[in-house]
Amino acid sequence: MMTGDGTLALAALLLHALGFLTLAIVAPLRRLGRPAAFVSIACAVGSLVAAVLAWQQHMGGAVSRLVWEWLPSQGQALTTVGILADSDSTVMLSLVALVACLVQVYSLSYLSDEPAPSFGRYYTYQSLFAFSMMGLVLAPNLAQLFICWELVGVSSYLLIGFWYRKPSAARAAVKAFWITKAGDVGLLIGIVLLWRLAGTFDLTELRVLVENGALPVAGLSLITFCLYLGAAGKSAQFPMHVWLPDAMEGPTPVSALIHAATMVTAGVYLLVRTEWLFALTPDVLLIVAWIGALTALMAAVLACVQDDIKRVLAYSTVSQLGYMMTAIGAGFASAGFFHLLTHGLFKALLFLGAGAMIHAVHSNDLPDMGGLARRMPQTAIVFLIGTLSLAGIPLFGGFLSKEEVLGAVWAGGLGGPFVLLMIVAFLTAFYMFRVVFLAFSGRPPAHAHAHPHDPPAAMALPLWILAALSMAVGIYFTFTHPETEFTSPGWLMPTAVGSALAGIVLAWLTYERRTIDAASLAGAFGPIRDAALRRFWIDDIFEGIYTAALLGFSRVIGWLDRYIVDGVLNVVSSWTLTSGDDLRTLQTGRAQDYVYGVAVGLLILLLWARWALA
Amino acid sequence: MGLQAYLTLAAIVFSIGLFGVVTRRNTIGILLGIELMLNSVNINLVAFSRFGGDTTGMVFAVFTICITVVEAALGLAIVILLFRVRRTVTADHLDLLKG
Repeated sequence: MMTGDGTLALAALLLHALGFLTLAIVAPLRRLGRPAAFVSIACAVGSLVAAVLAWQQHMGGAVSRLVWEWLPSQGQALTTVGILADSDSTVMLSLVALVACLVQVYSLSYLSDEPAPSFGRYYTYQSLFAFSMMGLVLAPNLAQLFICWELVGVSSYLLIGFWYRKPSAARAAVKAFWITKAGDVGLLIGIVLLWRLAGTFDLTELRVLVENGALPVAGLSLITFCLYLGAAGKSAQFPMHVWLPDAMEGPTPVSALIHAATMVTAGVYLLVRTEWLFALTPDVLLIVAWIGALTALMAAVLACVQDDIKRVLAYSTVSQLGYMMTAIGAGFASAGFFHLLTHGLFKALLFLGAGAMIHAVHSNDLPDMGGLARRMPQTAIVFLIGTLSLAGIPLFGGFLSKEEVLGAVWAGGLGGPFVLLMIVAFLTAFYMFRVVFLAFSGRPPAHAHAHPHDPPAAMALPLWILAALSMAVGIYFTFTHPETEFTSPGWLMPTAVGSALAGIVLAWLTYERRTIDAASLAGAFGPIRDAALRRFWIDDIFEGIYTAALLGFSRVIGWLDRYIVDGVLNVVSSWTLTSGDDLRTLQTGRAQDYVYGVAVGLLILLLWARWALA
Repeated sequence: MGLQAYLTLAAIVFSIGLFGVVTRRNTIGILLGIELMLNSVNINLVAFSRFGGDTTGMVFAVFTICITVVEAALGLAIVILLFRVRRTVTADHLDLLKG
């Protein structure tokens, strides 16, 4: 049997590569649709088993590296490829494998209306994504991490634009790609600068350098900030969060996998992986924390005014990513990582639940739903479990991780972000229960789809598995408080739960009992609401910057090109042409004229020699 | 009479020849002009030979005369061929080199 040398993690990674390559190369298989899906799912299941086994091996803290030299340069390899399996990376690997596997099963039914070739294409992209994400998670060095980082960006682009004939989807895909790309430039610069400073890409070697104090701290802030830029782009931190809500144009299972559970958390994961490096630069950590808290608050406010259920969840994801970032900024990356893991479970659950609702009513909009609890009881239960997990109610998935984040921020001495996050906890409960009450209770709208019903087994099974896992994690951690690096004050947990409950009560009063009029509640927050409806003008600002700066610059460059660069060439060429025309009249063809010319020329030369040279 | 007088004569003959080459419309006239120019060179050669005490110039002059004869024969042959083809020997009409 295989031992704890990382082969299991490697197998998990390579199974998805196998699935991807099979589907990518064997085009007839891909075009068959469902058989392609089964190939991909088979690989995903195998990968899940391998990942979970690998996690069990490394849970206790065993670390294994399997690396091969790559990019030979001056006798020794510049970098390596391979895997670094430790407790953090294998648990993340298991999360990725689990959600990828469930999402692929779910998509079987969710996308069953797709024509066979595009169904196969979908599974090819899914396999590519899973492979790249696992490569990122297991990366033993920053070079491989960066390559996989870009690969997940590409798969995200391909999957957001899966319905590429829809203009909004195509635009959202490009937007997501470019904005994350902007952050990636920072990441690349950071990695190269770090390599200049330390001479290695390898995470293990870097860590040894840091622990021995051999890494010069001067100039390190710039490097960590650049790394953070990449993480902020991927993890949708303010102001680079604008791509994530638009990314909801992709199919819902894609949103669940990429834009909730795994890829968007890659930024957080990067910071977790390099926390020892960031610990050397507290100034950057402070930026991380504040931006994270502001992102969390802003996204939570935005989530309150959205009518599109997927957009509510998208903003909620942005908000929770802000939570994780704040915890990391406070210096306790483990708390952020813990929240990442639980969030991955229940947010995937929420997205898949929302997918089931969208599938049933054929609309994303909350006003088109309503009264679904009676018609889709299973979906209602699992969605409620996800919602309670997100709200941070005891016994549910997100409870302890949220407490840990808050405790970490408090222990890190960040009063401001702590207050912001408390407000976010209240808002989170409010907007999620707004969704629950609007969609599941009340009466169905008059124009609603006739017979919404619970999803078929292929969709229900992943929902129940995720719901069960969320509950299991919640119950396990509610009763066995894990050891933390910090001590939270006793009042913290009741306050957090209290603010979440307050949010639930407010949503209940507003959208269920209707004792508070939703319109007057909105009126009470007039300007903020208006601003939120305009997405705080951030998209407009980007657009303004784009039109003013970029287009203005392009216009200047265009003018220079047209009138200066081209102009010079045009003038030169037209001069050449006209002077050629003039000169050709000298060619009379009469030999006598040439003799005359030679004679006169010789005379001039002689005179010149006589007077000028003498 | 010194060297200068011969050189002046040569220059005058050369100029007359050049003038003829440039201005004559008849191709035969141009050939005659060329002959004049060649002969002015001969005068130079002989004069330098006489005053310089070196016979090389004379030898050269003899060569030049020979070549001149050949050249005149060739030139006249060309003119005759030209006349056969183009039915003209007027230089102004021979402008096929025109650009």
